[in-house]
Amino acid sequence: MRYWMYQYKRTWRGSVTTSFLYPVLYLAAMGLGFGSLVKSPVGGVKYVDFIAPGLLASTAMQIGGNESMYPVMAAIKWLRTYFAMLAAPLTVIDVLVGHLAWIALRLLMVTSIYLAIMAAFGTVHSPLAILAIPVGILTGLAFAAPISAFAAAQQNDTGFSTIYRFGLIPLFLFSGTFFPIALLPGWLQPVAQATPLYHGVALCRALVLGHLQLAAAGAHLAYLVGLTAVGFVLAQRSYRRRLVT
Amino acid sequence: MVARGLTKRFGDFVAVDAINFEIGRGESYGLLGPNGAGKTSTMRMIACMSPVSDGTLRVLGMDPAHEGPRIRARIGIVPQEDTLDLELTVLDNLMVYGRYFDLPRRVIRERAEQLLEFTQLSDRAHDKVDPLSGGMKRRLTIARSLISDPEILILDEPTTGLDPQARHLLWDRLYRLKQQGVTQVITTHYMDEAEQLCDRLAVMDGGRFAAEGAPNELILRYSTREVLELRFRDPGTDTGAVATRLEGLAERFEALPDRLLLYTDDGEATLAEVHRLGLSPDSTLIRRSTLEDVFLRLTGRSLVD
Repeated sequence: MRYWMYQYKRTWRGSVTTSFLYPVLYLAAMGLGFGSLVKSPVGGVKYVDFIAPGLLASTAMQIGGNESMYPVMAAIKWLRTYFAMLAAPLTVIDVLVGHLAWIALRLLMVTSIYLAIMAAFGTVHSPLAILAIPVGILTGLAFAAPISAFAAAQQNDTGFSTIYRFGLIPLFLFSGTFFPIALLPGWLQPVAQATPLYHGVALCRALVLGHLQLAAAGAHLAYLVGLTAVGFVLAQRSYRRRLVT
Repeated sequence: MVARGLTKRFGDFVAVDAINFEIGRGESYGLLGPNGAGKTSTMRMIACMSPVSDGTLRVLGMDPAHEGPRIRARIGIVPQEDTLDLELTVLDNLMVYGRYFDLPRRVIRERAEQLLEFTQLSDRAHDKVDPLSGGMKRRLTIARSLISDPEILILDEPTTGLDPQARHLLWDRLYRLKQQGVTQVITTHYMDEAEQLCDRLAVMDGGRFAAEGAPNELILRYSTREVLELRFRDPGTDTGAVATRLEGLAERFEALPDRLLLYTDDGEATLAEVHRLGLSPDSTLIRRSTLEDVFLRLTGRSLVD
């Protein structure tokens, strides 16, 4: 993980700026701008209140995805950093845990900033909202773990655009971030409910708006933890296959 | 370091085929061989980065299969391709790498300064790695491999692609490390490098050892003391036929398109014989046998890949 922190030293200024800027832009444009057209309450609240926690979870998904695609490919093929690590007394597990720990740290930064900006926009309605930070981290990892398993098995980066096109972008649009999934056609609803982002969005929203139902929250949490765990096992296998020959 | 029947397989392909060797503490041991001979696979097994398919291997008395990280903590590795982080500074590359060994930051910083001095990179410490020259990157890789103060140094083609100045600087540094008692295992394509650096070496071909011994020992065993080269400018010259005419004048002949090599212990005497037989090559050259002659004899002249 320290390696990635060192590397981050190089780009942190740009990254921190976007960490602040994106939530401001999204909340202003979608929440206040577009939201002003949405006169009736959505899910029982103002539109900006509705989308803010969803955007936090979606951003976590994007960070988790970004940080586990090209950086993994680079560490295997372009800069070969993983091999340098494995020449030192580190194991494959150390390398994987280190990378995921770094992603978790990035998620901590980004979700904390997001929550602070949401508070500034007056969209935080419960002290439980602070828990949206760990849930955001978990949502990001639920993507990062399986995606890094995928990335470590790729020979080049063409598969990544597939992940964006058919994975991350549709999820961003249709997993309940911008509108309740009840508005989706009937057959699509279970599909949306089966996606990881839906659970991250629903849980964050319940925490931020303060209408938490324990049973549902438990189910969301179990789903995200489960996916992260499965992803970790797959990633560990995929890393081993790729790095130890 | 002891290997018995050491084997590496990739699927059906046998990269390293049951080799045996012993390398003592403080020794410099070279692995020579054409591309694909199994040198790098052997190195990666010794470095505990690649699992052994068959046979036994002990490094520092330990088994790489079970104690890989403990062994790696005591060896330094210079891989064939640099694995430096191009976007970090020279110093940060060393700092990060030292952290992989769980060394305290203070210790790493101290050693990093010494190592940058040692590899003549001190004035570039705060520059990014990317724009550095190939020789500088190679020196940095070597500095990095020394950050953990290793007992064994594994160098896979350390000077490939470097200019003569950079090579000589590296040789000098490696020689000094040897004097400090660091065991070195080196692969190289440069025979002069092998002669300079290695106490003993093995010539690998097709995953096996074709020969093993000290450089001068190998020259004595597989070549003659001197080589007489007869050059013919006329492209129509049948050097093979010339060799037949000279039958008996040398221990061994090698007919190349433009010249004929005569392996002999006394080049002058042999040349006199050649002249007496009425042969007048366009130019002649008498030289000492080198490892290159041994290498080409053992592994053949044709390209393997």
